[in-house]
Amino acid sequence: MYHKEKSIQIKNSASALYNNLSVLRIAPRSLTYFTVVHANVVNMVSASWDGLNYSHRQLQSKEPNVATSTSLIMQAAWCVLPSRDLLVLTSQKGIQMYESDGSIMVYWHALDTPETPTAQAVFARGIAAVREKYICVGVSSGAMLVFDIPTKGSNITLAEVLEEHKESITDMASECSGSLECIADLVSADDAGNLCVWKSGEEFQLLNKIPGFDMCCSSVKLWKGTVVAGYGTGQIRLYEAVTGILHAEVSAHARWIYSLDIAPFSGLLLSAAEDSLVRVWHLTQTPETNSVEIAHMYNECVTDTQICGAKFCDGDGYAFAVTGYDLSEIIRYTQT
Amino acid sequence: MSSRTLPLLFINLGGEMLYILDQRLRAQNIPADKAKKVMNDIITTMFNKKFLEELFKPQELYSKKALRTVFDRLAHASIMRLNQASMDKLYDLMTMAFKYQVLLCPRPKDILLVSFNHMDAIKDFVKDTPSILSQVDETYRQLIEIYTPLSSGEFQLIRQTLLIFFQDMHIRVSIFLKDKVQNSNGRFVLPTSGPVPHGTQIPGLIRIFSCTGEEVSRLQFSNGGNYTSALREGSLEMFGDRVIKLGTNMYSVSRPVETHMSGTSKNSSQHTKVNTAPNPLAKEELNLLARLMGGLEVKKPGNTESGFRVNLFATDEEEEEALISRPDELSYGVINIQATKDQQANAELAKIMGEFTEAEDQSPHASSKGDDLLAMMDGL
Repeated sequence: MYHKEKSIQIKNSASALYNNLSVLRIAPRSLTYFTVVHANVVNMVSASWDGLNYSHRQLQSKEPNVATSTSLIMQAAWCVLPSRDLLVLTSQKGIQMYESDGSIMVYWHALDTPETPTAQAVFARGIAAVREKYICVGVSSGAMLVFDIPTKGSNITLAEVLEEHKESITDMASECSGSLECIADLVSADDAGNLCVWKSGEEFQLLNKIPGFDMCCSSVKLWKGTVVAGYGTGQIRLYEAVTGILHAEVSAHARWIYSLDIAPFSGLLLSAAEDSLVRVWHLTQTPETNSVEIAHMYNECVTDTQICGAKFCDGDGYAFAVTGYDLSEIIRYTQT
Repeated sequence: MSSRTLPLLFINLGGEMLYILDQRLRAQNIPADKAKKVMNDIITTMFNKKFLEELFKPQELYSKKALRTVFDRLAHASIMRLNQASMDKLYDLMTMAFKYQVLLCPRPKDILLVSFNHMDAIKDFVKDTPSILSQVDETYRQLIEIYTPLSSGEFQLIRQTLLIFFQDMHIRVSIFLKDKVQNSNGRFVLPTSGPVPHGTQIPGLIRIFSCTGEEVSRLQFSNGGNYTSALREGSLEMFGDRVIKLGTNMYSVSRPVETHMSGTSKNSSQHTKVNTAPNPLAKEELNLLARLMGGLEVKKPGNTESGFRVNLFATDEEEEEALISRPDELSYGVINIQATKDQQANAELAKIMGEFTEAEDQSPHASSKGDDLLAMMDGL
């Protein structure tokens, strides 16, 4: 179904972090941006579609105006809003937001880090753009920070703190189908596998809470009202977001799942795990019977690699990209 | 990231170090009583009460330099001496072995089982010495108390923290190459076969449910591997069958300790300094070192026990050659303690070191050994 293309070399190897690849497609400029996290550095590559031009940039996590402070980055992801795209970095010290090409930092939010380290680690992780004007970021305490984003400029403010999760946030996802009919806007996941489903607004409203079974949910997506969740046991589960009804359960991987992605136009699902495998699935929804089905389409083994990031490069799922721990390249595949 | 990583890193690396030293002591036919003294001295220092107290405090992982310095001191806690090249090789083997174990752990929680495998072996080394045995037992209790309540997600965070520490290390280890668990490019083999982790199902089943919760269909897909059911879960008690083999002693007389250095420079050219603070040693790291050295017995002058040197290579010439030809990017940069800016901690540390090295110098046989020590502490 897919074949391997030329890989993109990156300046550093990828760290073993959940969802460690973000892709931004810029059609008007025939470019695709990729980011991969390596310890305290984010490697950004911009690749032209003709495969001829690559340019690299590195971003470090640090408080502005403080020369020596560095901290490990947990995640980097683009947030696509109607008026602008922002690149968000979450680290042990706080949250940074950059213009989409990484050129200017427009916002810094510091986390409350205690004087002496505590048993509970402190970091931010889990990033999602929600509807027109919000960016949500998760925190190790389980809190979720909701930022209000103006159409331009740096007047970003913290609008709300949602405290529903009790364990560290692992991932967040907003409804990606583009449909305005879906009631649920956002799903958040934590270390205990609990999922929270939200409706955005002046005040975010908790629509549903789907309990986990003390097994970490490391990656989550929301598509046409269906939550797709990947777990440390290698399972994928599909839930109806608003009701919590379990549609399907898949024994998908032999190791911890690190990344899920959905191609919204085609309903293709990408899953990747520590077991070296990337799998492509197809989701179909039948609204009349309120059923959702998942079918297996394809396997790709990235030999001797614990995969940490996998994303489709376009809305149809025509191409996807993969990163792995200790690997200094972004491996790409396109449909045959 | 996780503030609970350091004890596991230290205990597992320490365990690997003991496996390697034990094998080399036998290979070099060091008399049994001397060998035993070395092992006992090192284990006593590793499990020194004050040192462990410091170690188990929630804290960030040390820099590679600081940790290497700690192990340098530990390896020299007895009458045994190691030249720089041998110490480098020892550290390479220790770190690659633990990297392998962390990477191949079926579940993140299994890192605790790996740690217990090391602890079990350490306990066996000192089973005839009740005083040290009780220190080891106390450490088991602490490990159980702190780590067994952690969730799967928290263990994965510990594992991710360790993997960042080991990132980009691809030193080829002869015993791994022979067993085909490492490729010639230094990367470990990750099999897509064998038992799945405890709690995971063999991939291949899709179950579809109706709105009322009944299973309406089952589909199979081919998983691209050759997996078998999970083994039983290993024991996390003081005694028990750990089930997992990772962390057990892979060395023996017939499987000696060796490393390849050639060809690694090509692949290991990427080194990002994670800690770019101007002080080479943070205050916490100094505290730990001070505790460690405080736990070392000061050797009295006129001590008739003469030190001896252990070589991690087959011959002295090989050791000499290894030191000269070691690629720059793989040097560990042992820290020059005198250079730190933290005056007070430095003074205390220097005093403790001074006590130790003065005694060394007075012993007629040990003057060059003392120099060795200082040289090691004073950097590259």
